[in-house]
Amino acid sequence: MLTNLELGLFVFMLATFVGMEIIRKVSPLLHTPLMSLTNAISAISVVGAILITGAEHATALSKALGFIAITAVVTNIVSGFLITDRMVKMFKKREAKK
Amino acid sequence: MQHLVQYIYIVSAGLFILSLKWMNTPASSRRGVFAGEIGMLLAVAGTLMAFEVHNWQWIVTAFAIGIVVGIPIAYIMPMTAVPQRTALSHACGALAAALVGTAEFYQRQPQADTELRGFVMVALVVETLLGFLTFTGSLMAMGKLQEVLPQRPITYRNQNAVNFVLFVIAAGLAVRLILVPTDTWLFPIFAGLALLFGVLLIIPIGGADMPTVIAILNSYAGLSACAMGFALNNNLLIVAGALDGSSGLILSIIMCKAMNRSFTNVLFGAFGQVQTQARKGEQRPVRTASAEEAASILESAASVIIAPGYGLAVAQAQHKIRELSDALTRLGADVKFAIHPVAGRMPGHMNVLLAEADVPYDRLFEMDDINGEFAQCDVALVIGANDVTNPAARHDKSSPIYGMPILDVDKARTVMVIKRSMSPGFAGIDNELYYMDKTLMLFGDAKAFVSEILKELPARVGAG
Repeated sequence: MLTNLELGLFVFMLATFVGMEIIRKVSPLLHTPLMSLTNAISAISVVGAILITGAEHATALSKALGFIAITAVVTNIVSGFLITDRMVKMFKKREAKK
Repeated sequence: MQHLVQYIYIVSAGLFILSLKWMNTPASSRRGVFAGEIGMLLAVAGTLMAFEVHNWQWIVTAFAIGIVVGIPIAYIMPMTAVPQRTALSHACGALAAALVGTAEFYQRQPQADTELRGFVMVALVVETLLGFLTFTGSLMAMGKLQEVLPQRPITYRNQNAVNFVLFVIAAGLAVRLILVPTDTWLFPIFAGLALLFGVLLIIPIGGADMPTVIAILNSYAGLSACAMGFALNNNLLIVAGALDGSSGLILSIIMCKAMNRSFTNVLFGAFGQVQTQARKGEQRPVRTASAEEAASILESAASVIIAPGYGLAVAQAQHKIRELSDALTRLGADVKFAIHPVAGRMPGHMNVLLAEADVPYDRLFEMDDINGEFAQCDVALVIGANDVTNPAARHDKSSPIYGMPILDVDKARTVMVIKRSMSPGFAGIDNELYYMDKTLMLFGDAKAFVSEILKELPARVGAG
């Protein structure tokens, strides 16, 4: 059986290669929205922030640090996805214009 | 529920991968954003439902603040300020990772024997080190981009030695913490050093290198989230962090190649401070032209390639240049835009600025795709770009930019350069393009000058 560490390293290795291959194919036109999108996605660390803040015996320190962390990372999620959408909406083809 | 949430995480991870995959073309990119949003929503909802979450008042308040702050940032932020926002969001993401790591470290102290052993402690140390370092580093980058901090590299004697000593101390503390996690008094020193190190790492880097720096910080922020995944034993965090980390890595490699620099050179090179004094004083003649003359040349051109640089955005001339491109297209010219990878303040920035001004994206061409076309092109119009058009990069081995890939605008039949003055660009060097016989210098503010040209054009087009 794999330990958690081994499994995690496995997942990490695969995800890194998948990431490399996918990102290489992203149009250079979209590198700026790409960066804000990956940023919003990596704000998935909100999961960790929720777990530390919401732990049953969370200390005052945990709650305070977790609170700041959730605030920071939710800001990233909301502004990251919305601004990415705002940017990609701007890319239009010539045919779309009159 | 504990098992169900793992399946939800698997779906989320799949959606995140699809989300990035759909960024390969503008046509599918909105779908990509949507997939990412759904993935995030599922993961957050799943987490809140599956685990016994307490302290709801804290969590809900934090979410509310995040949403209230996040929405206006997304809608009010001008596109020219996107690099600053990106740096800020790297700072936020990294800070969150660092704080969660810190909280975990103290929270687990009572069970240090079982829960802070070996690899978990390694993950926590990496998470907090990268997190704190990226936090202050990104704030510095943001300060430079916002121009509240000086764009010029800040250097002092023995800078690299000082950084190295600090790094060794931090690494020593990290090893000690991994071996003896109960030495809690070491942790604040370790965190402080990481914060300091982030500042010291970025201040010697000049404004021209910001695209690379942002990409590197992007990678670090992702890796700190990834380390959090290892500490919490959460594979979704590992996947998302690895995607972000590899994205930042690839973008920084692209940026380094576009400037012919290595990572170490960007991080420790302090570009452009030595050369600034050199090569001043010689005044060579240049040919200048008025808006009227420029308009008449453009009017008869069959193909025009516009090479924009960040100066275009500084002058807020994106909309005017789009009007010019429309006007020339109506006159029958083939108008294209040539985008150098480092045009703008972050990877891909210039494309967004032009797309915002309604330039169709099928008119935007990457350097490698368009460089072959300059030789057949009647007019190359350079606006607000400097070093990336300097032919010295191809042949002058003594030039600091030698070897950097450039836009071959000098191969066009006529070159026009709109520029405020003869002042040199970021690299602080003279551009020999300006002294060529076929180059016309159009001195003035980019926006005003393009408006002048436009005024000259329609009069001749008539009902056109």
